[in-house]
Order: sequence, then structure tokens, then C-alpha cells
Amino acid sequence: MDFDLTPEQRAIQQLAREFAEGEVRPKAEEMDREERFPYDLTAKMAELGFFGLPFPEEYGGVGGDTTSYALAVMEIARADASTAITLAAAVSLGAMPFYLFGTKAQKERYLVPLAQGKQLWGFGLTEPEAGSDAANCKTRARLESGSWVINGTKAFITNSGTDITGGTTITAATGTRSDGKIEISNIIVPQETPGFARSRKYRKMGWRASDTRELSFADAKVPEDHLLGVRGEGFTQFLTILDGGRISVAALSVGLALGAYDEALKYAKERRAFGKSISSFQAIQFKLVDMIVQIDHAKLMMLKAAWEKDQGRDFAYNASLAKLYAGEISHRVVNDAVQIHGGYGFIDEYPVSRMYRDQKINEIGEGTNEVQRMIIARMIGI
Amino acid sequence: MRIVVTVKLVPDLNAEKRIDPTTKRLVRTGMETVLNPYDEYALEAALQLKAKQGDDTTVTLLSMASESLKETLRKALAMGADDAVVLSDDALAGSDVAMTSAALAQALKKIGFDLVICGGLADDGSTGGVPGAIAEHLGLPGLTNARHLEIVGGTIKAQRETDSGYQAVTCPLPALVSVTMAVGEPRYASLKGIMGAKKKTIATLSGSDIGFENRAPKTELLSFAPPPARTKARIVEASDGATGARAIFDFLRERKLV
Repeated sequence: MDFDLTPEQRAIQQLAREFAEGEVRPKAEEMDREERFPYDLTAKMAELGFFGLPFPEEYGGVGGDTTSYALAVMEIARADASTAITLAAAVSLGAMPFYLFGTKAQKERYLVPLAQGKQLWGFGLTEPEAGSDAANCKTRARLESGSWVINGTKAFITNSGTDITGGTTITAATGTRSDGKIEISNIIVPQETPGFARSRKYRKMGWRASDTRELSFADAKVPEDHLLGVRGEGFTQFLTILDGGRISVAALSVGLALGAYDEALKYAKERRAFGKSISSFQAIQFKLVDMIVQIDHAKLMMLKAAWEKDQGRDFAYNASLAKLYAGEISHRVVNDAVQIHGGYGFIDEYPVSRMYRDQKINEIGEGTNEVQRMIIARMIGI
Repeated sequence: MRIVVTVKLVPDLNAEKRIDPTTKRLVRTGMETVLNPYDEYALEAALQLKAKQGDDTTVTLLSMASESLKETLRKALAMGADDAVVLSDDALAGSDVAMTSAALAQALKKIGFDLVICGGLADDGSTGGVPGAIAEHLGLPGLTNARHLEIVGGTIKAQRETDSGYQAVTCPLPALVSVTMAVGEPRYASLKGIMGAKKKTIATLSGSDIGFENRAPKTELLSFAPPPARTKARIVEASDGATGARAIFDFLRERKLV
């Protein structure tokens, strides 16, 4: 048993922390208020190599591992959830499908600019009427004289409409399988495709600086070779993508909770009431202790899943546990962090106010807490 | 061209420091070691020069440190230095400015250089004497307090900061410069840099490797004391901003500070 990070993992975490403190934190409040996408931070993260963290050098990456990637997401989320989700969605949802399932030509064409952070890419799974019930996919693609003709709508797609977005990979029903169920395939849809349109950015409760849109396809036409990997494997492909994505969502939750804890601890030491610092009151001490115990627990679960993935083992079970638990504790932690701030926690100038809004999606995105429980229930054989 | 950057490894800037009363040395056990922040500016200056000079220019780090601390140098390698040399010898522990500068000068002779760049100060010892002393030992022109560097042919041009303005100076290479924080914020280590740093060499030299033996510090530390506790601040209560500002202004004027 070895809990030590490697020197590279430590150095990457340290770099992410310095970057988050020096570059991200000073801008977080303003970006949230103005709902402004972090183009400048995205360019800086690209230059430092964050977007290529878990990809090999031959595809423009830096050859790091999942553990380093998770730690980087965690440190950035500690300063700002919007910037962290922009990175996490770009890597886990935008670039990863090309890396895992793309042909060599697709990797060279699409993965390289994504790993270099020159481009972002969306992953379109959710639909207005099909979230976790992904098999109920209403978006259809039919093959017609060498082209896929796509019709349908996708909802809540991160990084899908920025100025540097190259396109979105979508799941679409491409036919009926021999067992009568719908056949799902993943199709690569570049931004300039005729018939493919993006809505305006949603107005969101949290993650306000990140780019999330609805996508519509009206006879959108892409060449036949824009199929990602093998026809009919869309369902298993996105399940695999979501498994890995859960590690980064857990990292987002742990980072956000750590950020809220940092603020609450600082505030509790500074704020005085009844002639002493409020951190000397047991009611506050117990809250802070409970916060860090839960955070450390979630962080260990997240790192265990990341470690399993790095070892090439089956990590789906621990990734699900970590995603569920980290999402739920981040809720309790930000709630207590606001409570410790009292009235100031309700005021937007204090970061915990933003964190409170940013937290909620951690219990919804990439599978709600309830769906996560259904998945784990299946895993434990009930 | 070979640029050598001298780097000191110092205790974590934020850690509470303690001095052992018997040895009169800083207690380093259990304390994280970091790059002396002033030396990060020296490295930044070196990397800027390397970028302009091209690929045949290398940046070597030179640090006098316990061998057990040498991994701290990986961060500087990740920022872009090409390799590192650690001068490590038990006999060098407790060196003063004279001994440190003499040892570093010997090591520099051994490894070879065209330009030596130093930080202006070490965060722990704060003598600021080592760069000038190294230049003296090696008979080099020493340009201290530089805020901007430029290599033109076989010479280096520097802007030096003084109390009254800037001096533009130039001297032939080889030379030694020490830099101020105005050279530019030290860059982040890139992720590629971090992954590549593990493949870079950190060589070790001992006192005998550089012909530096049987030396002793020339200065002796007599005693040390913590800084005096701050006296109680004077609190001025003012009914409004203007009265408060007036009170602060009067206070400063009494002391001829404005």
C-alpha cells in the first residue's frame, strides 16, 4: 500500500495549484458575474499543456496519467468551478472519445488540436427528453448517398458554442438492431456543418462562465466517414466515456468543497463575535472538522478510482462511488461554509455564495445522485 | 553558449522557522524546501536569453545543497533548465558568504560557463553578498541589480537599477550578473516540462571533485534573536473620513514622511 504521489504527480498538482491561485482565482468572481467564458484562461491552460494531460505525446498530449489529471481538475475547481468544468469537459468528454474510439486518421485530425487546447469539442448525449434514459435517443441519422443526415436536438452541451469550438460528437439512432432495439452510433459533427445550429448560452444557476448550449440538427449532413469508431457501438462507447468522466466530476466536487472549506476556515479565524474569533466556538469547530473529514474521504475515493484507471484495472465501481459521494458531500460542505459566513455568505462578494450556486450541478450532471445509486445498486447485485 | 544559474534551496517561505541554539543553524528537519524565490527570477532571465540565443544555448543550474534536497531542483528543470549540478559536501555545511562564494567559484571553474546569473538575495540568509564575491573570485566583471539583459555578440548589455535611475552597462563575456525582480515574473513549469524533467540530469560534485577542501568559514555567528514584538498600534477614532485622513496626514507630517 502506498499513498505517496509520484514526483510528477506532485509537481503537476503543485503547478495546477499555483495556476489556480495566480491566474484563476483573481478572475472567478468577475467571470461569474459577467457570465464570461474564460478564453484567456483557456489559452493559458493550453499553453501549459493541461488539455493534453492524459493523452500521449504523439497526439499532442503530455503523457500524464489520470491521477495527475484528476488532481489538476481538483485544484482548479478549488478556485473556480466554471474554469474547471471547461477543462474537465474538454478532456473527458470532448477529446477522450477520439482517443478511445477514433481511427488513427480521426485522432490525427481531431484529437491533436484538442490535446493542444487549440480547439474545444462538445459531446452531445443528453436530449430535452432523454437524459440518463439515453437509449430513448430521439436524434436520428440516416445514411443517404454517402452522407449521414441528422435530425434532432441535444441539450446541456458543454463547450459546444465557444469561438474555439470545432464541433460536437453526438449520439444518434442510426437504425434498428437485430434484437429490435435501436442502434446507437456516435457521429462527428463539425461546427460549420449546414443544418447544425447552436442556441444562445443557457442562463444557469451556476457554472455561469462555462459555455452550455442546446444543439439542433435539421437535415444536418456530414460525410459517412464521420462515424466515430464502429457503427452501432455508440451506446457502449458513451458508457465507457461516462465511467471515466465520473472521476473528473468527483474531482470537480472535491475541489469545490475544498475551496468552500478554505474560505470558511479563513473567515472563521477572522470573524469575531462575543469578543472572540468564531473559530473558538465548538459549534463552528465541529462544522469545520466535519467538512474536512468528508472532503478527505471523498478525495481518497476519487484518487482510488483514478489509480485503478492508471493501473488499467476496472475502475467503474469506485468511480461511481466517488462521483456520488463527492457530489453529496460538496453539497453539505458548501452549505456549512455559507452558514459559517452568516449573512455575508448570502452576499455575492463572498466566494462561498458563488460556490453554493456552482455546487448543485455536481449532484445532477453526468448522472444524478439517484441514477448513480441505480448504477451502484446494479453493481452490488440488486 | 552555457549559462549557469546559481540556485539556493531554502526552507518553505511560509513555514515558521526555528534556529537550533547549539549549532546556531536553521532547523531544516520536517520542513519543505523550495527554490529561493529570487533565484527563480535569475532562471527566468536565463530562459529568456536562451529563447533569444537559440538551441545551442544551455542553462545549467548550480546549487550548493545537501544531496537529500536535490529533487527540489526538478521544479527548475521543469521550468526549462537543461541540467543541474549539486555541490554537496558535509564540510560545506554552515558556510558563510566567503566560503560559499569561493566554493561556488571553484565549481563554476569545473563545469565551465559563458555567463553566470544569480538572484539578488537568498530568502533565508539575506546577505546579498554571494554574487559579487563569486565574480571577484573568478576575476569576472560583475553586473549586479540588473533589470534587463541582452546578449550582443560576445558581450552582455544590462540595465542596472540604482536608487536614482537606471544605468546602461556592458561588458565582455564571460561575466556574472545578478538580477532584480524586474526581469519578469518567473514562468510556470509546463506539463511537458514536468514530464520531461525526470529525464534530465542532476549531477553531484563533492568538495574534493572541485579541489575545495579544508576550508572554514571566516565569520562566526555570535548570537541570534527574534525580531522585537511589534509595539501596540495607535488607533485613531475619527467621526468621518476627512477627520481620519487628517489625523493620518498629521501623524506622517510630524515624522517628516510627507
